[in-house]
Amino acid sequence: MKMRSSQWLGLGILLSLLAFSVLGVSFSPYSMSEQNLNAIMEAPSAVHWLGTDQYGRSMLTRMAHAVGLSFALSLMCMLTSSIVGTAFGVWAAWGGKKVDSVLGVVVNILLALPGLVVVLLFAAIVPGSFLMLYLAISLVQWVEYFRVVRAITQGVIQSPARQSSAMMGFGRWYQFKRHIWPAISPSVFTLAAFGGASAILTMASLGFVYVGIQPPLAELGLMTVELFPYYSDAPWLLAQPLVVIALMVFAFHLLAGKRA
Amino acid sequence: MKVMLFKRLLQLITVIWGVGTLTFILMRSLPGDMAYRIAASRYGQDNVDSQAAALVREELKLDQSALTAYWHWLTDLMQLKLGDSLVSGLPVIDTVQHMLGHSLLLAFAGLIVSVLIAVPLGLLSAWRGNPLDSILMGLSSVIRSMPVFVIGVLFILLFALNWNLFPVAGFGSPAHLVLPAITLALSLAAVSNRVVRDSAKKTFQSAFYQFSQVKGLSLWQTFRRHGARNIALPVVAFFGIQLVSMIEGIVMIESLFSWPGIGHGLAHAIFARDIPVIQGSALMMGILFVLLNTLVDIICLWIDPRGVKNQ
Repeated sequence: MKMRSSQWLGLGILLSLLAFSVLGVSFSPYSMSEQNLNAIMEAPSAVHWLGTDQYGRSMLTRMAHAVGLSFALSLMCMLTSSIVGTAFGVWAAWGGKKVDSVLGVVVNILLALPGLVVVLLFAAIVPGSFLMLYLAISLVQWVEYFRVVRAITQGVIQSPARQSSAMMGFGRWYQFKRHIWPAISPSVFTLAAFGGASAILTMASLGFVYVGIQPPLAELGLMTVELFPYYSDAPWLLAQPLVVIALMVFAFHLLAGKRA
Repeated sequence: MKVMLFKRLLQLITVIWGVGTLTFILMRSLPGDMAYRIAASRYGQDNVDSQAAALVREELKLDQSALTAYWHWLTDLMQLKLGDSLVSGLPVIDTVQHMLGHSLLLAFAGLIVSVLIAVPLGLLSAWRGNPLDSILMGLSSVIRSMPVFVIGVLFILLFALNWNLFPVAGFGSPAHLVLPAITLALSLAAVSNRVVRDSAKKTFQSAFYQFSQVKGLSLWQTFRRHGARNIALPVVAFFGIQLVSMIEGIVMIESLFSWPGIGHGLAHAIFARDIPVIQGSALMMGILFVLLNTLVDIICLWIDPRGVKNQ
């Protein structure tokens, strides 16, 4: 797959954020919840590179954890929803009328409610659970892949190339690899990049309305709420989660390239 | 038309069933004895004894089997018996009605402002081309990268705290509506101005549009007779897709600005685990979603009576 320079830029931003997170988590001398009430809301310095928050916790450590959490969630959701969505999409197009109509009903049920409301309801079942967020976001996201993959696959199934391949006795897996995957893969990658961005946004949104990940864990949306009261004393603190969320989403959008 | 309405009716039923089932699972999965928990949130931790719990169990019929309880739950829901809030004890239907009014106000204000921003900008950038087009493109991408609440926080910092122009949060006066509505509008317009632009550009370049100018119509006449309707169709259809982000935006913006609407109510109810209110507000939001979708479909049919290909 050839990538344009803007896509490389997006990938670069993402990789550097990931590196920041991994290095920050493994090399920081502070722990995420270690408080030092003698050093609250300090400006960035040699000791605390990104300053300290209202409890004197190292912002660098907390940001590294929060970024790591966002990446973990978005990658997990991306993988799960793309695999499930692609598999069901191909199955619906290839598996005959019955499979198609059953899956169609399931998809329509999921699309009947706005995604965020579904995620909120799931988050309500087990509050503050990362696993539940992951399940709920993946449940909402696989539908996108399903619809796109199903539409493209239907065309490929009818193509003379695929049909002669079938008549020559190649197996289904070979046909999928040779004919279907090349047709759907660009769309799947684009959707995955957008999906990564929206997973991060959803988690931050839930943290922001206080029903997502719970304190003392560091999460970008949650940190925004926690630091908001101190905006005039320490604007650099509030700026950090805001800038990082925007940067991550922007980088995923760059990586996605063209519109899906 | 009939097919479309029937589809939307099915969607409505699915919404009611989906919300009902999810909240039922929620009800069942509360840790500990449900009766004690509900009694605790109703009468306070100190006033809970087995008598209060028994009262609650009797009232909410908590000792039924899961299946009968589920059936009762759904039939109550179909009759819109939403019950009372576990926290305040007020009937949910009143609370939800009150919240719905505020949400609708915010939604329509935001929508109108977003149309006022997106349509002129989109038309202008289709008409003038670069450099305006590229500038708007960049600006739209930047705004789209920010979650709604980041835009809202920035607005609060600038307009409310820094310049003291508008109140930070709350409701009551028209001034309270300004910031939430503009936040919602901006997040919607960031995408829709590109759609207006694409659609307008396609129309301006089409043969029929150029022919009508060749035959001597003025710019304004051409636009009114041949442009407006053709440009409007994809834009209105896109709004149907954008409804999802509008509802999500409402949840975030209401929580941020303490706007007493459905989204704010839903977030609060989830935090307090007030299940009847969660159910009521999620249900209203779903119904709102379906109704607005239906409205979009009807408008699309009105703009182009030939019937629109369903996306």
